[in-house]
Amino acid sequence: MAATDTPRTRITWDYAPAPESPDHVRLRDSYGLFIGGAFVDPRDGQRVPSINPATEEPVAEVAFGGAQDVAAAVEAARAAQPRWAALPGRERAKYVFRIARLIQERARELAIVESLDGGKPIRESRDVDIPLAAAHFFHYAGWADKLRYGVAGRETAPYGVVGQVVPWNFPLLMAAWKLAPALACGNTSVLKPAETTPLTALLLAEICQEAELPDGVVNIVPGDGTTGAAVVRSDVDKVAFTGSTAVGKDIQAALAGRGVGLTLELGGKSANVIFEDAALDQAVEGIVQGIFFNQGHVCCAGSRLLIQESVADEVTAKLWDRMRLLRVGDPLDKNTDVGAINSAEQLERIEALVEAGVEEGAVRRSVACDLPERGWWFAPTIFTEVAPAHRIAVEEIFGPVVSVLTFRTQAEAIENANNSRYGLAAGIWTDKGSKAFEVARALKAGVIWQNTYNKFDPTAAFGGYKESGFGREGGAAGLRPYLRVS
Amino acid sequence: MSPRLNVRKTYKLYVGGAFVRSESGRYDRALGADDEHLANIPRASRKDVRDAMAAARKAAGPWAARTAYNRGQILYRAAEALESRGDELAARVGEARGSDGAASAAAEIAAAVDVLVHYAGWTDKLPAVLGGVNPVAMPYLSFSLPEPTGVVGVIAPDEPPLLGLVAELAPALAAGNTVVAVISERWPLPALDFAEVLGVSDVPGGVINLLSGRRAELAPALGAHRDLNAIVDAAGDPELSADLDRLAAETVKRARHAPAATSYEAATDDALARLEAVTELKTAWHPVGA
Repeated sequence: MAATDTPRTRITWDYAPAPESPDHVRLRDSYGLFIGGAFVDPRDGQRVPSINPATEEPVAEVAFGGAQDVAAAVEAARAAQPRWAALPGRERAKYVFRIARLIQERARELAIVESLDGGKPIRESRDVDIPLAAAHFFHYAGWADKLRYGVAGRETAPYGVVGQVVPWNFPLLMAAWKLAPALACGNTSVLKPAETTPLTALLLAEICQEAELPDGVVNIVPGDGTTGAAVVRSDVDKVAFTGSTAVGKDIQAALAGRGVGLTLELGGKSANVIFEDAALDQAVEGIVQGIFFNQGHVCCAGSRLLIQESVADEVTAKLWDRMRLLRVGDPLDKNTDVGAINSAEQLERIEALVEAGVEEGAVRRSVACDLPERGWWFAPTIFTEVAPAHRIAVEEIFGPVVSVLTFRTQAEAIENANNSRYGLAAGIWTDKGSKAFEVARALKAGVIWQNTYNKFDPTAAFGGYKESGFGREGGAAGLRPYLRVS
Repeated sequence: MSPRLNVRKTYKLYVGGAFVRSESGRYDRALGADDEHLANIPRASRKDVRDAMAAARKAAGPWAARTAYNRGQILYRAAEALESRGDELAARVGEARGSDGAASAAAEIAAAVDVLVHYAGWTDKLPAVLGGVNPVAMPYLSFSLPEPTGVVGVIAPDEPPLLGLVAELAPALAAGNTVVAVISERWPLPALDFAEVLGVSDVPGGVINLLSGRRAELAPALGAHRDLNAIVDAAGDPELSADLDRLAAETVKRARHAPAATSYEAATDDALARLEAVTELKTAWHPVGA
């Protein structure tokens, strides 16, 4: 479909490059594993470079842990746990507050490293990832001496040692979501950052040192899936995992009959539902925010766009016009909207699903933009003429690709939105308040956004229904996965 | 005059609000404490599990959509109905258990009534206890509220046959779920009698579905059903628990394993944990201004 041709759309506004300078960043050439409060050489692991997905250049070298390394980390966490749990809540709180403050102090450095290591636009790491990570520690720090109030007055006890495995899409933020409640509740942790994005977690290890957190309370063991599997199979009391549904199922099966605590935050194919009475321009901004935020590498991305038939053409045209203005490129440029795809492997996955979409008969349009020669990139893409059974309407793409489906009635919208094995999030766009509340109640998803999308806050519980996992992160509900109650 | 011949009861499964025979046509013999034959009971099949799942799913939406007040009253009504037939049920349970069983049977049924009353009172408190407004740092009204997870599978323990079932059933219902339960294999009659109590109470058809038969056959079939949202296992068999966990992993079901509740206290002291196990938390963000 051609863009609406008006004198205004013919004006081109160009941006001068506005790169964030990485001069301030102090990265070591090589990072060991963070075990027992110190960076140590791997026992049975190896050293591998962490690659900048925008340039394919190494950013720093990191150690990946083997099974023995994981065992050593669990041992260190085990040794530290009784004293950590025995600290008065207000003292534990002050350590966690310190971490929050240090993240704020080092926010600029962390934001740059996040964008270098993971490819996300600096605007997002600067304005979303890092401030939210600090806010999360700040929120849970304050819970440490109020735990029983968070669980309806019940007696509480920490689980003990928790194994936490986090993904590559929000590396520091996901580490914060895992560590902050675990520590506040008196657990010690073995955290495994993602294979492709370990660096900010290692900076967080430095922050733990600077905060004088007792040795062994936080242990950080980077690695790939093998390391993650070693964490799951180690002598931990609880596992918390954020990642794909396939791996989540493997973990749940691996823990069968072991009585180990488990929370899972898994994949999604979230519906973003646009009603004809929505403020359409605002909705288009929300659709863009919903699917192109962080290159679509978002578990709750609004990847299934359901538009009421009466406004489907209009919304699709406006969306396409808006998509063509997205700036794809250098993650460190402050004007960049869509950065690099996190890894070659993820790019392959996106390409394969997009190909399947075309083969199955959906109509693909990708924004024509100059993509850098090196690095991994995918142009923002929209599919129309999508049938509910198409793979691009069913499977998580985890990239900047939106599938458009249409509906006639509210009942049909609800049915289509709920017709998924996932149930992580959903968006509703309407200016009618009573309708928004009614639809929000009917949708089977853990998070519902009305007239907005991808909003996160440490006080608001986040987590899925159905195959999107179980357990919640954020707010009082986020304490429960880290406490035994009686 | 010849002595009156008594009219024996044909025991049936309770599925979709109806009393039905197993589609398989199979039966088992319910035996008393001294292995005397008390009655025949239907031996449910995997197809019966699927039928019960379909009934439970169909009933789930309307049951969850009822007001908390209404669901509370319906559970209370079930307690009333059980109380009024308590003596009769106690006599039957006691009979089966032999000479010293009467007193414990009466106590078990009294506890089951009280457990139902306890959870009847939870329906309109759960949102206040588990939910609330989230003070987000943006101009939104953000709140989190508990919702039922959907259809819950219950694997009841062998003993106590009625209280052990009610202790798992009641929290699932109070939280707004519908239930498919595999009842006590050793002592199936109290739960099947209880189905008649439910049949004359106001619990809508399909909200509770009770299957008798072999646990080893039915529990895995129920746990493997892809439309089941959660499994609550009180059978106390570690091997079965591990199997149910593995089956749960196929579709990320919520799984809870707990010892059989043998008293009112055991069934209610951890009430909130029982409710949490079959509850989802939904966070909604609505704009303020703009």
